[in-house]
Amino acid sequence: MHTQQQNAAAPATPLDNQSPGTFGQTPWQTVGPFFHFSLPWNGCADLTGPSQIGGRPDLIPGGCAALRGPERRGVAPPKGEHIRIAGYVFDARGNPVPDALLEIWQANASGYYRGSGAFGPGSARVDANFHGFGRAATAADGSFCFHTIRPGRVPFTPTLSALQAPHIALGVLGRGLLKRLATRIYFSDEPGNAEDPVLGLVPADRRATLLAQRIDTPQTDAAGAASVHYRFDVRLQGERETVFFEY
Amino acid sequence: MNAQLTPAAAFRGEDEAQPPLLFAPYASTVERSPREPLVRMPQTPTEQSGPNEWEALFGDQVTDLTRPHGACALGQRIIVCGQVLDEDRRPAADTLIEIWQANAAGRYAHERDQWDAPLDPNFGGAGRVVTDTQGRYRYTTVRPGAYPWGNHYNAWRPAHIHLSLLGPAFATRLITQMYFPDDPLIEIDPIANAVPRAYRARMVAHFDIGITQPSHALGYRFDIVLRGRTATPLRPET
Repeated sequence: MHTQQQNAAAPATPLDNQSPGTFGQTPWQTVGPFFHFSLPWNGCADLTGPSQIGGRPDLIPGGCAALRGPERRGVAPPKGEHIRIAGYVFDARGNPVPDALLEIWQANASGYYRGSGAFGPGSARVDANFHGFGRAATAADGSFCFHTIRPGRVPFTPTLSALQAPHIALGVLGRGLLKRLATRIYFSDEPGNAEDPVLGLVPADRRATLLAQRIDTPQTDAAGAASVHYRFDVRLQGERETVFFEY
Repeated sequence: MNAQLTPAAAFRGEDEAQPPLLFAPYASTVERSPREPLVRMPQTPTEQSGPNEWEALFGDQVTDLTRPHGACALGQRIIVCGQVLDEDRRPAADTLIEIWQANAAGRYAHERDQWDAPLDPNFGGAGRVVTDTQGRYRYTTVRPGAYPWGNHYNAWRPAHIHLSLLGPAFATRLITQMYFPDDPLIEIDPIANAVPRAYRARMVAHFDIGITQPSHALGYRFDIVLRGRTATPLRPET
């Protein structure tokens, strides 16, 4: 309820930060070093089960509350081959980066993306126990680890039958990163890599930076279940610098 | 192969407001920004899709940051609201906004923040809201304080609220910082200044008496614009 007098006192310019003269994309800014009580939660790096990996509870002062993650609702493990992808984030000097945040987005074992922009009549391909999104805050030694499943192959375009090799989209955020660095995780043991249309855009001598290397010793997780392990490092700058994409 | 895949939106690239990856006045970018050029690639279903089941993925919304335990946080209580749009002014409905900030004294609830401003036991500083069908959002918090940092001698960050947005697709991901009007520190802040001057106003909220609530809280308006869709829809390839 505004009186006429209040309206007369109102500024003539629009009361927003996107006035016609400047309307456009909101600029990116860094996450800074203090995101740990909001963006990651305990368990955010486990897309398959109830473990608590991915958060940094050691950075939350006693008595202060970080945001809680979702309630576990007794979900069953997702379909597909369970894998672990672990590695480090390094800076230009090869020093580990202890305040980075990684985000992953991937298809389920049937090659289906859940969520917005989902492609095709996929209800039969939905896995109710797999969302496909995860985060990992790097630890004090710059390390991270995701528990997930091997993604299925997805089309290159919505209308073309060509398939991409299995891959996971990876976003790298952190102090000193003014924007997200976008890259992809491929798998060293996938024969489809040679024909992958996105890998084909990458200079041949740099493709290895996108391949998670399979570790060929038999691995079992804490519950005794088999799981395939991969090593994937992110090098922000310098020797063997990771390939980052723009799109 | 399933031939009935639905053509989805392709999204525009970044506009001239976006900061560079290397901006030497912000010293941490020097050893953390790539030196090789980014590899240009087309958007595929991977980039054109994104998560959206927010409650199952992230948990409950937290729209009032001032009462984490029932008691009230110290500081100037404010309401921040606005609209999330794309570049064609279409509302970005069902977008997840994650919020984090320092308390009124300029101190984060974080072990690595060790300057001697006080922690507030009644302020955690984190929130999480989802936009409605018109892309609108609203949360209540306290105005954060400015704080010193080690980037250069006598460096102070202007008061700001960190905002993370998960919108329609992985391609439209956005993380930004909202600043406050008439803050003299913005002009000398290397992080804000990584954005070309002409576009810096896009990160500055406006005081709004219409949002302000009598005897309760000051109101600020902050609209957020995500990457829009390309003008020409994808055509089937033959």
